[in-house]
Amino acid sequence: MNDIRKMLSSGKVLVSDGATGTYLFSKGLNSGDSPERWNLTHPEHVLDIATSYADAGADLVHTNTFGGSVLKLQDYGLEGQAEEINSAAVSIIRKGLGNRVLISGSVGPSGKMLHPYGDVSPEEMEASFSTQTAALINAGVDLINIETMTSLDEALIALKAAKGIHKDIPVIASMTYDKTPRGFFTIMGDELKASTRSLEENGADIIGSNCGNGLSTMIDIASAFKEATSLPLLIQSNAGIPQYREGNLSFPESPEFFKEKMNALLGAGVSVIGGCCGTTVEHIRTIRTAVDAWNCR
Amino acid sequence: MDVLNIISEDLQSGNAESVNQKVQQALDEGIDLKTILDDALIAGMNEIGKKFRSHEIFLPDVLLAARAMQAGMDILKPLMEESSVSGKGKAVIGAVKGDLHDIGKNLVGIMLKGAGYEVIDLGKDVSPEKFAQVAMDENARVIGLSALLTTTMPMMKETIEHLRSVDKEGKIKVIIGGAPTTPEFAKDIRADAYAYDAVSAVDRIESLLSE
Repeated sequence: MNDIRKMLSSGKVLVSDGATGTYLFSKGLNSGDSPERWNLTHPEHVLDIATSYADAGADLVHTNTFGGSVLKLQDYGLEGQAEEINSAAVSIIRKGLGNRVLISGSVGPSGKMLHPYGDVSPEEMEASFSTQTAALINAGVDLINIETMTSLDEALIALKAAKGIHKDIPVIASMTYDKTPRGFFTIMGDELKASTRSLEENGADIIGSNCGNGLSTMIDIASAFKEATSLPLLIQSNAGIPQYREGNLSFPESPEFFKEKMNALLGAGVSVIGGCCGTTVEHIRTIRTAVDAWNCR
Repeated sequence: MDVLNIISEDLQSGNAESVNQKVQQALDEGIDLKTILDDALIAGMNEIGKKFRSHEIFLPDVLLAARAMQAGMDILKPLMEESSVSGKGKAVIGAVKGDLHDIGKNLVGIMLKGAGYEVIDLGKDVSPEKFAQVAMDENARVIGLSALLTTTMPMMKETIEHLRSVDKEGKIKVIIGGAPTTPEFAKDIRADAYAYDAVSAVDRIESLLSE
């Protein structure tokens, strides 16, 4: 297994991949279908996505398992296939790409809320994430990325689940923050610095933020992180807030825009840079070029 | 502090049990239904809406306040049905096809009930055909469409187009909302109104239907 922690300890910045969801839709996934089911039904498309990001220069690619927790798969009646789906997602990439890239097991939110706001107990949620992360780890991922979290409690449960399966597996904990007059908070009211300290204390190896409101805000978020932790930092921004014009949905932040902002993001001390919703192979190629220049300084 | 203010404060701090008791107390004191609704429950939710929009509070506080509002409504609902407070007509709400997120939509439902609408909640993953058919069959005045995902936003447009093809006279108004949506998007897909959150959804529907 390649260890991302060792790779980062040299000070080199790594490149992650771009969007999976929006890419799957462009390949014909229907609105309302489970993207994770495609690991079983359309493995060739799932591999295509990983390959095109690897070819664009990504050092790590994510498995198509964002909604692969048992609780999330329940929405599609697929909870009984959680192990099979998560395991297949890893094997598809490993068989196709070997050890060319690090494989990061994507773990997204359950879509359910914990007591007292929702009806899920912490134990149920932990069991849901344990099933998913066990399948990902046993199938050979190099790391786990707990991403797009808006509840610190849920992120901590997912972190505990992953470390409970394998205490040495590197784990990224990445949350989605909004800018408010009092600083950066998730929609659930978890503040960035406090959340970061808590995730670090509970064993996260890399801290991060993904999705959000576009790249400019992410530069501010990166600076805020640096005041709270010395852990490596991952940033995967979306390509801005989507706009809808004449029947088409588009993301406003182009690869050129990413190019302009890249040095500011690198200057803020980010260690892993990729993209989220709306970012494409072109965005990743642009990031690769900027990161190469930065790494050669 | 009078009982109406206490209800409003308790609602804002999410104390459902107290709201339930105090609403009964207010009725026992002879305060009329409409006053309790407007000056205590809805007034409290309006404050919650303001604080949420200015990021002073977050989703958990809104959810607890909504639950407290519901606890007050449990007392008032049977009385509303007997009086003229109810009877603003029917509102059909749901998350569009492909979208499985319903937190925001549920909040809108609670607020609309509080404002005197009969709410028909179709749940999540609702097809354009279902929205249109139920709204036509039930003679609804307004449909509320919700979406959380960028990938399901286009379904809002399809739903509106389908509705307009069925409701040729344009009797049924459409309001949309959800995290990735914007007023510009609403205009672009020819929705009648856009709401940022559940509290403003009620305001927008009220002004839409009084046009």
